Amino acid sequence: MRYLPHTREDIEQMLQVVGAADLDALFSSIPDDCRRKNEMNLPEPLTEWELNGHMDHLAAGMGASPACKVFMGAGSYSHYIPEISRQLLLRSEVFTAYTPYQPEISQGTLQTIFEYQTLVCRLLGMDVANASMYDGASGLAEALLMTIRISRRRKVAVSRAVHPLYRKVVETYFTPGDFEVVELPVGSDGRTDLSGLKDLGELAGVALQSPNFFGCIEDLEAAGKKIHEDRKTLFVTAFTEPLAYGLLKNPGVCGADIVCGEGQSFGIPQSFGGPGLGMFAARQPYVRAMPGRLVGKTVDRDGKTGFVLTLATREQHIRREKATSNICSNQGLCATASTMYMAAMGGTGIRELSRLNRDRAEYLKASLAGAGYASAFTAPTFNEFVVRFPEGFSDTWQALLKKKIVAGLHLAPWYPELSDCWLMCVTETIDKNDIDGLVKEVTR
Amino acid sequence: MKEKMGTTGLIFNEPLLWEKGSPGRKGLSLPRRDVAEAPLDDALTGDGPDFPDLSELDVVRHFTRLSQWNFGVDSGMYPLGSCTMKYNPRTNERQASIPGFANAHPLLPPSLCQGALALMYDLQGYLAEITGMPAVTLQPAAGAHGELTGMLIFAAYHKHKGKVRTRVLIPDTAHGTNPASATLCGFTAVPVKSGADGVLRPESVAELMDEDTAGIMVTNPNTLGLFEKNIRQVAGIVHEKGGLIYCDGANMNAIMGLVNIGDIGVDVLHLNLHKTFSTPHGGGGPGAGPVCVTRELEPFLPTPRVVKEGNSYRLDEDGPLSVGKVHAFFGNFGILLRACCYILSMGNHLKQASQYAVLNANYIKESLKGHYHLPYDQPCMHECVFTDKLQQEHHVATLDIAKRLMDHGFHPPTIYFPLVVSGAIMIEPTETESKETLDQFIDAMKQIAREARQCPDCLHESPQFPKVRRLDETAAARKPCLRG
Repeated sequence: MRYLPHTREDIEQMLQVVGAADLDALFSSIPDDCRRKNEMNLPEPLTEWELNGHMDHLAAGMGASPACKVFMGAGSYSHYIPEISRQLLLRSEVFTAYTPYQPEISQGTLQTIFEYQTLVCRLLGMDVANASMYDGASGLAEALLMTIRISRRRKVAVSRAVHPLYRKVVETYFTPGDFEVVELPVGSDGRTDLSGLKDLGELAGVALQSPNFFGCIEDLEAAGKKIHEDRKTLFVTAFTEPLAYGLLKNPGVCGADIVCGEGQSFGIPQSFGGPGLGMFAARQPYVRAMPGRLVGKTVDRDGKTGFVLTLATREQHIRREKATSNICSNQGLCATASTMYMAAMGGTGIRELSRLNRDRAEYLKASLAGAGYASAFTAPTFNEFVVRFPEGFSDTWQALLKKKIVAGLHLAPWYPELSDCWLMCVTETIDKNDIDGLVKEVTR
Repeated sequence: MKEKMGTTGLIFNEPLLWEKGSPGRKGLSLPRRDVAEAPLDDALTGDGPDFPDLSELDVVRHFTRLSQWNFGVDSGMYPLGSCTMKYNPRTNERQASIPGFANAHPLLPPSLCQGALALMYDLQGYLAEITGMPAVTLQPAAGAHGELTGMLIFAAYHKHKGKVRTRVLIPDTAHGTNPASATLCGFTAVPVKSGADGVLRPESVAELMDEDTAGIMVTNPNTLGLFEKNIRQVAGIVHEKGGLIYCDGANMNAIMGLVNIGDIGVDVLHLNLHKTFSTPHGGGGPGAGPVCVTRELEPFLPTPRVVKEGNSYRLDEDGPLSVGKVHAFFGNFGILLRACCYILSMGNHLKQASQYAVLNANYIKESLKGHYHLPYDQPCMHECVFTDKLQQEHHVATLDIAKRLMDHGFHPPTIYFPLVVSGAIMIEPTETESKETLDQFIDAMKQIAREARQCPDCLHESPQFPKVRRLDETAAARKPCLRG
């Protein structure tokens, strides 16, 4: 086996040094009743070439872009990934390194994370960002737990327009503790209805997503003011599409205290839902209550600038049961990918790309409206929106799969009240021709 | 080779991203504009982020230079105890980048994602076979995430049995994630002292175990590199009182094909695919932390679950007893895929991998015995723990030894862990290192032991070769500068 370097002679010499008769003798400390009796029943090892064939075969039937036109976002977005990012990530000093616990030989990772933290802060308008969480959903759960730690209250409110799967993860994280999660309703415009907020009592935090699950841009500024009428309540904003902040007012400007979301859009392959990137940022006063790793700037013995992991007294390897979170491994390489992507886009590029995403989505929205399929909500949207289709569209949708078109996401399983609605998404990988093609198919 | 592995070479200084570039440059090929601009309310529109504008070459050079300041498994031996820094096969990167997988949306209808579902189903089966635990979830994104899932299962199980339990026993040799994960699920972590021989004593567990205790979290082999030989008795004691056994499988690399975890009384086990199953650590992640459980606990696993019906696969959302969901989609699929490819490439060679990992660790242990203090002088599993006791008399500490190893061209071992050993140096070579490399490492360690006697200051002043010297971590924490 090419990953195992041991020759028969090596093994013999080493056993001699160890003083063991054979390989089995190395395991003498394992009692007999703990030994495995049978051999593992695994497939015959594949050669490199057989493995290629096997994986190509499995991948062949997948409805992945660009072979398939997928008008579906809902937390996972198809964006172009520049070749430089793929190749730079394969620099093996980057991807075969461990967590930078030894800073002298990890400065590449550390400076990259420092740059990542900075760019995320600039994107979201926040003071401090951590080195990443697992994904947008677990990030939101941790953000809400953080509001409980800070406010010492026990109840949080989450908008019904937050991604349903994120809400499910929040519920899971909250089940064993005696904390409460209440749901905020959605208004007819597709935005969160905060009119009942006052009746909910003392809230640790209130979470909105913008653009929300329906693609609607929330009025975060107004929401922030309303939520902060109770000065102890923290305003948490989530996102699934960070590209929106190339164009939209950032959450920091709108008064958010904690911002968290999924960064997959920034140079990370969709990869059937993971690995993605939990972006997580907060205002300065809350830094010591944050979960996750942080990189800080410092100097070495000669006064030269360098970077280290810092404020580790929040973390599990120092604090154990008193840590702010149990997170250890994070999504480091994905954070690195997104840093490369943000660097390649630049401020000018992200603005243009963000606009193009919205404009193409607006083009589809207008084309469908022109054909008689109206949007379900009136609030402005970014690159996703909800359309109401007439009865029988499910059949059309099924039929389109055979033509390698996924015409949006049916909302029935997620929102029974929107059972005739589909969530549509357009990014820069879907062009005008594709859009015209879709409209032609659904109006056929 | 008699020369030291570490040497100097030309590497470059490189400023921070925003100290480079010029407004108007682009590093990304923007798609053609083919639709009209749509107006947006000014009240919603922002100024856009203040990112530097760089050319493509600016970006390439920046990250290439940064990468050269790093040490990876591909650079040299990385004997980081408890982290299993084995070789990350290159072919797995090829497989993960096949467009059918890399560009797959997680909510594709089943007819368009059979390949991905088949892969997950197969991987669940392989992990079940390797561990002897019949039911598997692939959803947790890392080891600690797997622990959290396990603790959620503990809580859900006891709630289902009609009694909420509040405590979880955790040996003092455990990783910090164990008590943190238990706490996150509302349990009180109760420490258990390990015995003089470094393993759990059944009597200590019996003293603490009661009907208010949900169970115990055991790392086996433990962080001293020792097999918890009393695990079956411990399991008996805990089960007797209605508790469950959680096994932290961080150290599974020692026992594949040698121990059937399902047979030794374990109820819940997590694996670290980024350790035992060769997926890259990526400078901190992403990992994957599948959780394997007994049939009895299967109904509590997160949803959705991949099921096979005839020749096709689908996702089953049904699970009335399920703990819920810990990840938005199915976990770190790209990592699962790499691990699956590793298993397909290795087959039953996985047992050899464990045997050689243990052989390598014992070879280092025997070769360095006498040069460094060995607190538990007995056969070890896949890692061995030394201390700085012999070097302390020359005022040389574990940290100095670790830093000096860099000059020799090796990544330092894990240091000052486990906490129960003062000045611990925890060495895990893994099976992918050859005897020659181990000999070079052993030589370097011996030379450092000599230096400790002859020139302690050489060690205090190390490392000399890396781009920066020892960094001021106290200053970093006192006045945190976390962004530019």
